[in-house]
Amino acid sequence: MRNSFFSKKLVAVIFLIAGFVSAQDHEGEEVETGAHDLKTEIKEYIDHHLLDSHDFNLYSYTTEEGEHKYIGFPLPVILWDNGLKVFSSSKLKHGEGVAEVDGNYYALYHNKIYKTDAEGTIEFGGHHGEETHTEDAFGEDLVVEDAHPTNEKPLDFSITKNVVFIIAVALLMFLVFRSMAKRYQKSTMPRGLGRFLEPLVLFVRDEIAIPNIGEHKYKKYMSYLLTVFFFVWVINLLGLTPLGVNVTNNIAVTFALAMITYFITTFTGNKNYWKHIFWMPGVPVPMKIILAPIELLGTFIKPFSLMIRLYANITAGHVVLMSIIGLMFIFKNWIGSPLSFLLAFALSLLELLVAALQAYIFTMLSALYFGMAVEEDHH
Amino acid sequence: MEKLLEEFSLGLFFWQLLLFVGLLLLLRKYAWKPILGAVEKREEGIKDALEAAEAAKKEMQNVTADSEKLLREAKVERDALLKEAREIKESIIAEAKEQAQVEGDKVIKQAQATIEAEKKAAVADIKAQVANLSVEIAEKVIKEELSDKGKQQKLVEDMLGDIKLN
Repeated sequence: MRNSFFSKKLVAVIFLIAGFVSAQDHEGEEVETGAHDLKTEIKEYIDHHLLDSHDFNLYSYTTEEGEHKYIGFPLPVILWDNGLKVFSSSKLKHGEGVAEVDGNYYALYHNKIYKTDAEGTIEFGGHHGEETHTEDAFGEDLVVEDAHPTNEKPLDFSITKNVVFIIAVALLMFLVFRSMAKRYQKSTMPRGLGRFLEPLVLFVRDEIAIPNIGEHKYKKYMSYLLTVFFFVWVINLLGLTPLGVNVTNNIAVTFALAMITYFITTFTGNKNYWKHIFWMPGVPVPMKIILAPIELLGTFIKPFSLMIRLYANITAGHVVLMSIIGLMFIFKNWIGSPLSFLLAFALSLLELLVAALQAYIFTMLSALYFGMAVEEDHH
Repeated sequence: MEKLLEEFSLGLFFWQLLLFVGLLLLLRKYAWKPILGAVEKREEGIKDALEAAEAAKKEMQNVTADSEKLLREAKVERDALLKEAREIKESIIAEAKEQAQVEGDKVIKQAQATIEAEKKAAVADIKAQVANLSVEIAEKVIKEELSDKGKQQKLVEDMLGDIKLN
C-alpha cells in the first residue's frame, strides 16, 4: 500500500515536471535554470498538496499538448456574496477558468476563490511597496511571490476536499462507534471491532481523563476527549493514505478544535480556577496584580499551543516526507533515489506514530486543562 | 504568523466546527454514553463478583471456624456431661449405701426393741403364770393344812401372833 502511495505521487510529480520542462523548452530558456526551477516546482507541488482544494483530485498530469488533465471529481462550491451562490467546482476548471454565476465571475487563484471580471483578471497589490501590476489568472502564477490579489474575496463555505474528508471521518466514526455501542446492548463483552476499540476508549478514560481531571469529574469531559482523540487520529491516518488529504494541517481545523477545548475549559472552570487566574492565592499583592494578566494570557496561550502543535507537526511531517520524495528528482543518480526512497519509507512509518501521538497529546493536554479548570482548592 | 492567517480558511473552520460539534453531540448520545455505561456496568459486575467471591470465601472460613468451635464445644460438653454422670452415679451409690446403712440400723434397732418388748411380755407372762401357779399351789397347800380344826386354829393364832408382833 505504501508503494502504491509513492508511485501515485511519483507519477503525479513526474508528469508535472515533464510538463514544466517542456514548457521551459518552448520558452527557450537556458538549461542551467532547470535545477533551480525543479526545486521551485517541487516546492510548489508540496505547497499545493498541503492546501485545501475545491476539487477532489487523485492526481493530475499534463498531456503532450501541454494540457492539464485531472483525475477526480468536482465538489460543490458554496459562496456568500450578497446572497448564497452554489455551483460545481468543475466551472472553475482547476483555476484555469472563470465561473459565471448570476452575473458574477469567480476565479481560483492559489486555491482561493476571488471575484473577477469576465476575463478572470486578478489584480495584485504591491506587497512590499511595489507597483501594482495585473496578471492573467491563466498565466504563470508560480513566478509571482509575495503578491496578494486585491480582488474581492467572497465568503467561501465550499464543500472542499477537506470538508468531504471531515464528513467522511465523521460518518465513519459515527457508524463504527454506533455499531460498537449497539453490541453492548446484547452483552457487556466487546465483540468484533469493539475488541480493538474498547482498549482505546479505556485508554482515554484511564490514562488520559482520570489522571488529569480526577475520579469524580472526568465523566462530563469523556465525550469530548473520546471524540477529539479518535477524530484527530483517524484524520491524521487518512492524511497518510494515497488519497493525500491533510485535514489537520489546516490551521482552521486545528483552530476549531482548540477553540472547543478553550470554551469547554472556560465554561466549566470553577471558582478556584478563576481565583488562580485573577487573584493568585499565596503570593504578595503586587505579584497578584502582575500575575493576573499573565495568567489570563495563559488561558489563551494553552489552546493556542494546542492549535499550533497539531498543525505544525502534521504540516512538518508532510513537508519533510514530500521533500524527501522530491529529492529523488534532484539527485538523479543511483545512490540518491533509493536512499531517499528508504528515508521516505522510514519517515512514513514515523508519521504513523506521529498521527497517533498528536491525537494523544491533543487529548491529553485538553484533559490537563479541564483538570485545572475543575481542580478543587487544596489550601 | 502572517502565512497562517493567510492560510486560514473561514469556510473550513465553519464546516469543521459544525461537523465536529455535530459529531460530538451525536456520538455522545448514541455511542459514548452506551459504551461507557456498558463498560462501567461490566466493571461494576466484575468488582461485585470479586467482592462476593471474597465474602463467600470469608464466610466459608467463618463457617469452618464455627463448626470447629462447635465441635470443640460439643466435645467439652460431652466430657462435662460424662464427668457429671459419673459423679452423680457415685454420689447415688454413696447415698444409697448410707441410706441402706441407716435403714438397716433402724430395722435392727426396731427388731431389738421388739425382742426386748417380747421378752418383757414373756417374762411378765411367766411371772403371772408363776404367781397363779404359786397361788394355786398355796391354795392347795392351805386347803390341805386347813382340813382339820386344830391346824386351822394354830394357824390363825400364828398369824395373829405375827400381826401383834408387827
